Amino acid sequence: MAIIKNVVSLSNLEKGFVDEVISTGAKVFGKEVSSTVALCIQCGCCTGSCPSSRRTALKTRMLFREVIFGFREKVLSSDDLWFCTTCYTCYERCPRGVKATDIVRIIRNIAVREGHLGKKHRIAASYVFKTGHAVPINEEVKDIRKELGMSSLPPTTHSYPEALDSVQKIMKKTGFDQIVGFDLEKMELKEVKL
Amino acid sequence: MKYAFFLGCIIPNRYPAIEIITKRILIDFGVDLLEMHGASCCPAPGVFGSLDLKTWLSLAARNISIAEELGVDIMTMCNGCYGSLKDANHLLKTNKELKEEINEVLADVDKEFKGSIEVMHQVEIFSDVIGIENIKNAIVKNLNLKVAAHYGCHFLKPSEIKMHGTAERPRMLDNLIEATGASSIQYKDKMMCCGFGGGVRTREIEVALDYTREKIINMKKAGAECMVNQCASCHLEFDRGQIEIKNTFGEEFRLPVLYYTQLLGLALGYKVKELGFQFHNIPVKLERMVE
Repeated sequence: MAIIKNVVSLSNLEKGFVDEVISTGAKVFGKEVSSTVALCIQCGCCTGSCPSSRRTALKTRMLFREVIFGFREKVLSSDDLWFCTTCYTCYERCPRGVKATDIVRIIRNIAVREGHLGKKHRIAASYVFKTGHAVPINEEVKDIRKELGMSSLPPTTHSYPEALDSVQKIMKKTGFDQIVGFDLEKMELKEVKL
Repeated sequence: MKYAFFLGCIIPNRYPAIEIITKRILIDFGVDLLEMHGASCCPAPGVFGSLDLKTWLSLAARNISIAEELGVDIMTMCNGCYGSLKDANHLLKTNKELKEEINEVLADVDKEFKGSIEVMHQVEIFSDVIGIENIKNAIVKNLNLKVAAHYGCHFLKPSEIKMHGTAERPRMLDNLIEATGASSIQYKDKMMCCGFGGGVRTREIEVALDYTREKIINMKKAGAECMVNQCASCHLEFDRGQIEIKNTFGEEFRLPVLYYTQLLGLALGYKVKELGFQFHNIPVKLERMVE
């Protein structure tokens, strides 16, 4: 007799996950936006519209189904979650008004707090801690700016250390240093296992 | 007419010629831009919105508050910046509790989000404030070019916040391109994303480049001689991306990539050197450009 594997046991599902997504998202987008995830009827307009679904394993319809069913760990640890370019095509086209791109970012926020955070995203975050810019200036561009008759540094946090200090204070206050594992004393990323 | 000039990261720190030419052209049309001293990354809606929405919102609110202190609306050059600042402005203006929560964060750095200004994109200034007719009247060189317009995503969507009408068949950038005498061509999947956003370029660059490659193939098939964008992130994705596509997939396209104000600058008679094409990764050689 064949042994059926991969059977989903209802007792392994975390039914509260969809409520967690709704309540987490409600804090920023409002409940009227975050609760739209529960309106999904699995029509697949999102996946059909998705440029990422044509080249990666991201299937937005499946993602929302898994959220509603409570496949919490599977959703949060999935790499596919990170293939959405936030192009909002699905968001615009959803016939049920599911605010899909907002929901994806809410799920990512929860995943990050569970430690599912890419090294390269941590590095991008570290640039903002160090310079106030995710894409900071470099020596070559300083020279180009001078050649063009501009100031070598733009009038941003690059020119105003006190403004950079404000940016760092804000990120400390929101706990972003803890979230991405950034050491504000040493001004570098902490060594963490990912 | 005055706007607070929000620079963001990629234009001042990678393509500074676009910063200076945008400013010069706007001055030509009587629009003054005020510096936003100490502004930071918008911050990038994909990476920062995905990592922590509250941090994203707080940093965006701080940037907006700098323009509020200047008492003028913001003008951005990048769809990413536009998306972050416009969406944050909308969320904070429409949710009193959220505004209070974010202002509690900003109080530590002596800033306050008031909700007193609007966020604009430079193409809106050209299209709606200066106007297509005034642009046409200022043109000194009629550009005889077939152009593939690339809008980018966060300028148009969410459409209920961005309010530029249809996100499926917009005309604003096409009309601005055609004001220079160029023709804006139709091509397959014109409204598709460049691949940069959502932190995908940062995390999985090959996926991002695969988007970019597909769009360039579609543009070239339709006979495009160059592509024109209105977003710093898209600009970088198409310009530097073509070098990366060559290294990753072994394909070479050499499709010139122009930011809108570079195209407009050509038509207004600015010299190629002033437009900064010499700093692009992909050479901008437009042979049958000028009539």
